[in-house]
Amino acid sequence: MSEKIETLTDATFDEHVKSSDVPVLVDFWAEWCGPCKMISPVLEEIAEEQAGKIKIGKLNIDDNLDVTRRFDVMSIPTLILFKDGEPQVRLIGAKPKGALLEEISAYL
Amino acid sequence: MPDASPERRKVVIVGSGPAGLTAALYTARAQLQPLVIEGEPSSTSDQPGGQLMLTTDVENYPGFVDGVMGPDLMGMMRAQALRFDAELRTAKVSRLDLTPWPFEVWVGDPEADQPTFRADTLIIATGARSLMLGCPNEDRLLGYGVSTCATCDGFFFRGQHIAVAGGGDSAMEEANFLTRFADKVTVIHRRDQLRASKIMQERAFANPKIEFRWNSVITDIMGDTKVAGLGLQDTVTGEASQLDVTGLFVAIGHEPNSSLLKGQLELQDNGYVRTFDGTTRTSVDGVFACGDVQDDYYRQAVTSAGSGCMAAIDAERWLEMKGE
Repeated sequence: MSEKIETLTDATFDEHVKSSDVPVLVDFWAEWCGPCKMISPVLEEIAEEQAGKIKIGKLNIDDNLDVTRRFDVMSIPTLILFKDGEPQVRLIGAKPKGALLEEISAYL
Repeated sequence: MPDASPERRKVVIVGSGPAGLTAALYTARAQLQPLVIEGEPSSTSDQPGGQLMLTTDVENYPGFVDGVMGPDLMGMMRAQALRFDAELRTAKVSRLDLTPWPFEVWVGDPEADQPTFRADTLIIATGARSLMLGCPNEDRLLGYGVSTCATCDGFFFRGQHIAVAGGGDSAMEEANFLTRFADKVTVIHRRDQLRASKIMQERAFANPKIEFRWNSVITDIMGDTKVAGLGLQDTVTGEASQLDVTGLFVAIGHEPNSSLLKGQLELQDNGYVRTFDGTTRTSVDGVFACGDVQDDYYRQAVTSAGSGCMAAIDAERWLEMKGE
């Protein structure tokens, strides 16, 4: 995995998302989810290309149920964009890179 | 892509499920340098790898004694095609023109003056996708309790009561799979018997967590922010009722991904591509179709792969005849 992508946990989530001075896109995923695997390389590309404008974090839902429940995630992959710790955009399901960038373009 | 003249290829394959990747393997080994336009990421079956990307155990693909995970099988098929230098492009075809030859293929902007590729032969392997119910609130609650992917979302319904709509093999597979998480799974089927194969029926009937609501259709999905229940109607008595569930998995069947082909080649009344004389030939000379987009009857990974092989051989012979 790209070093630009941060692994988040129930323990580190709040601090990471609130203290960031740029928006954080959080990928709720799991090992057993095919579409999650498919968007993984797309997120790595975005993390590289948009470095400095946005951060990307991955949260494994199997291991981190607290945060997963707090945001009512019921389908994966779900991507939530946080700004100043608050959720702004929520994307459900895998999407091509172009569509994904368009959905979060206002925050780039 | 301004002014770039379209790249000409001997074989362009649209789709990358078992049919498309087998066609790629065979045409690559025949030194035809196939280009596979594999699709784009999505959470529906309309994605690289196709419907098997949304399944778990595939128990009926020959050679895998203990079964194989759907995404793993597709990963292997992809790697095998790449080993023989098939070229794969993660993109979606946006438009086809089958009137001129070589055939014209657009990726990206369908209004662009120039096509992206010209293809001497075209192999259509675009597959099929899940049908949705089309009832009120289905779209709004998709991802909030309504799901088309049991393997992706079953996890979120641990200890709950959920419903599966459908009566075929995929519905039974999903229902069985979902009992790993849910306390109770109610299968809602519009008829009084299942379409599913014997083995899948027996498994579902034997599963103590699965119960059936026969002769029932879903008329509404309730819930403000997530699914809270379903409105049902009995197809025999017309009686309306409610079912308190927190999730609904839709598995009511498939439709072919053939919209790109409308008006371009002959489709059957149900939208599937018509192929001729037990081959993969279509109504347009030089265009071949394989896999679920032309098969509304067998629809198996292994029959798709088989017809992908047929399409590759049909395309290869066609090119030979043409003296290419």
